[in-house]
Amino acid sequence: MNDLIRRNPVWTVVIALAAAVLLYFIVAPWSSGMEEVLGRKQIFLNAVFNGVTLGALYFLVASGFTLIFGLMKNVNLAHGSLYLLGGYLGYEVSEATGSWLFSFVVVFIAVALLGVVLQYTVFRRMEGEDLRQTLVTIGISIVLADIMLWLWGGSSYQILSPDWLRGPVELPLVAAVRGDDIYFLRYPSVRIAILVASIVLGILMWLALNRTRIGMLIRAGVDDRDMLAASGVRVQIIFMVVFAFGAGLAGVAGIVGGTFQSVVAGEDMRFLLASLVVVIVGGMGSILGAALGAVLIGLAEQLGSVYAPTYSVVFTFLIMAAVLAFRPQGLMGR
Amino acid sequence: MKKQLIGTVATIAMLAPGLAMAEDGVIKIGLLAPQEGVFTEGGNDGIRGFQMALNNYDSEIDGKTIEWVLGPTDETPDNAVRQARRLIEQEEVDFIIGPLSGSQGIALRDYAKTIPNKTIIDAASGAMETTYVEPAENYFRYNANGMQWGYGLGSYVIEEKGWTRVATIAADYSFGYTNFMGFAVDFCQAGGEIVDRFWLPLGSGDFASIIAALPYDVDAIYLGVGGSDAINFLNQYEQAGGDTNLIGGTIMADQTVLSARGRAKEALVGTPTSGPIADDWDNEGWKAYVENYQTTFPEGERFASPSLFATNYYNATMAALIALDEIDGELDDDHANFHAALSAIDMEAPNGRITVDDKRQAIASVFITEVVEGDDGNLYNTFKSRVEDVDQMLGMSEEEFAALGLPSRDTPDCEALRNQ
Repeated sequence: MNDLIRRNPVWTVVIALAAAVLLYFIVAPWSSGMEEVLGRKQIFLNAVFNGVTLGALYFLVASGFTLIFGLMKNVNLAHGSLYLLGGYLGYEVSEATGSWLFSFVVVFIAVALLGVVLQYTVFRRMEGEDLRQTLVTIGISIVLADIMLWLWGGSSYQILSPDWLRGPVELPLVAAVRGDDIYFLRYPSVRIAILVASIVLGILMWLALNRTRIGMLIRAGVDDRDMLAASGVRVQIIFMVVFAFGAGLAGVAGIVGGTFQSVVAGEDMRFLLASLVVVIVGGMGSILGAALGAVLIGLAEQLGSVYAPTYSVVFTFLIMAAVLAFRPQGLMGR
Repeated sequence: MKKQLIGTVATIAMLAPGLAMAEDGVIKIGLLAPQEGVFTEGGNDGIRGFQMALNNYDSEIDGKTIEWVLGPTDETPDNAVRQARRLIEQEEVDFIIGPLSGSQGIALRDYAKTIPNKTIIDAASGAMETTYVEPAENYFRYNANGMQWGYGLGSYVIEEKGWTRVATIAADYSFGYTNFMGFAVDFCQAGGEIVDRFWLPLGSGDFASIIAALPYDVDAIYLGVGGSDAINFLNQYEQAGGDTNLIGGTIMADQTVLSARGRAKEALVGTPTSGPIADDWDNEGWKAYVENYQTTFPEGERFASPSLFATNYYNATMAALIALDEIDGELDDDHANFHAALSAIDMEAPNGRITVDDKRQAIASVFITEVVEGDDGNLYNTFKSRVEDVDQMLGMSEEEFAALGLPSRDTPDCEALRNQ
């Protein structure tokens, strides 16, 4: 980090300034002059928070995707199907047991197992063959999508959040000042829970990768797979573990998405596209990059949808194009 | 040898459709209905409506047998045109009933101009342009378009509910603009005020920021989105603690939304909406029609009650059969007598009287309904009122209507309408 600052002093100052301005916008009450130019503060705050929480959801999907790619150089285009399957399974489990949290456990295990099966029966046979893997994973995603359409039909499912996460909570942030009254920001509690959970998960993943033995093996595998195998590590097992974990994360993300959006046929492609964009922006194979990319894309979508609705779809791809033009390996890529 | 055999079979297969020549004493109808894609269920129900209409005549008009061929489509315009061409050129049908969806209707209107001696009777498509912008002489439509569907709701919410200030959210594409315009014209004429308009891109999933941007000081929010977008919106609206009154566009409170799983739709209870049918309308003709539907098709092979697709297909087919009966089943070579009879249609359809205007577009009833919770916990639309004889220019003169402009984000100008 220090090294990075020393090498790019100008950029560091620019980014720090931007962060400071953003923080000021979020914390300080807006004067009426500011509200005239920028609209109500509540709208801005909501858009920022929504961008970050949407980013959290994208991060859940994309981190598994990027891990799998980083280690196995395997572009798993069936990742979106794992997300959708997780959503449907989560709906079934939470309906059957009435427990939202329990469905996370079941879905993580079930989708992770599917990931193991996929890795063991399919991807292991075509290591290093990019084109074949791409085609096969597209094929798998089409087959899975049709099977899910057959089982669950075309209607939308909503996973019910537990009662303690229903409705909004008040955050200690000033949304508006009207005369002597101060209004605090009311924000959906389920989104806050998801945001906190994603941050915790992100930190845990970072710790696991950087502070544990298996994390060390994975990092070594990302850098040089052949050398790792040559030094006596059973690479196939590591592959399987990583694939299972990445798939499980996608499944869990399906529950999260089904809770604050909905589960419906076609979401698989939407989230595959989202995670591709996130990973391209953040840098293939980097967890930190996935987090950064996810938040950037989430913010672009949400701020865009409020301040420039016509172009909100374009912003995402503008960011991607800019990254590809100036830093093709991604923001955090190597 | 084998190659030769395959060659022969292929040649016969290519020639075979040509053999299906129009026979004397037979009237052949080509039916366009989706058999794949999002409208498959709607298409199947449309076919049921079509069959019910044929049953009314025992598939016979003045001694002539009625045969029909299905042109299976998906939801895309080019596919509809391809199927229509096949029906006309290879199956040699006398006329076509179809299609089901809006953009297909526009594509077939253009195709109709290339076959002036044949006839296309729209079955259920809702785009306004089909019969308003450069309509085809041989293209008839007996169902109200998306703009007509919205008409009457505006004055209803002002008079019955007292909601005069609304913010609107609608889907950012043709149907969204059109359906919204029908609501807004009526609403503004009745003295309502639209405080703010929001447009949702289709399929964007996360609407939380737009929900936050909604103004507080309005009586109600008009929602013109459908399908999973509607579910997502309601879900996030509830999570954000929204509790303003809602007004529904035609696709907001249809069965796809009302039968979705989850509690999001509960926000819809008490929401007034408008459309071409009302399931529980207390009217002899409608009840007889629903009963006919329920006895003709066994449970499990139909919906609980005929969908708007079944009803629209039924009406289109009935109009065609009435017109055929009028001309004793003898079609002129250029269909001139058939077109005249179709233009003169004045029928009592299950969902009210239907006639057509000089652009061959239906003048029909619009139903105002409200979402209520049934005893079984399911949500359904209950009949509130009916606006009769709504035409595609919403009761205005040609000039007045043209002055409003075509449906878009900024049409209509509410201020101007209110001050008229």
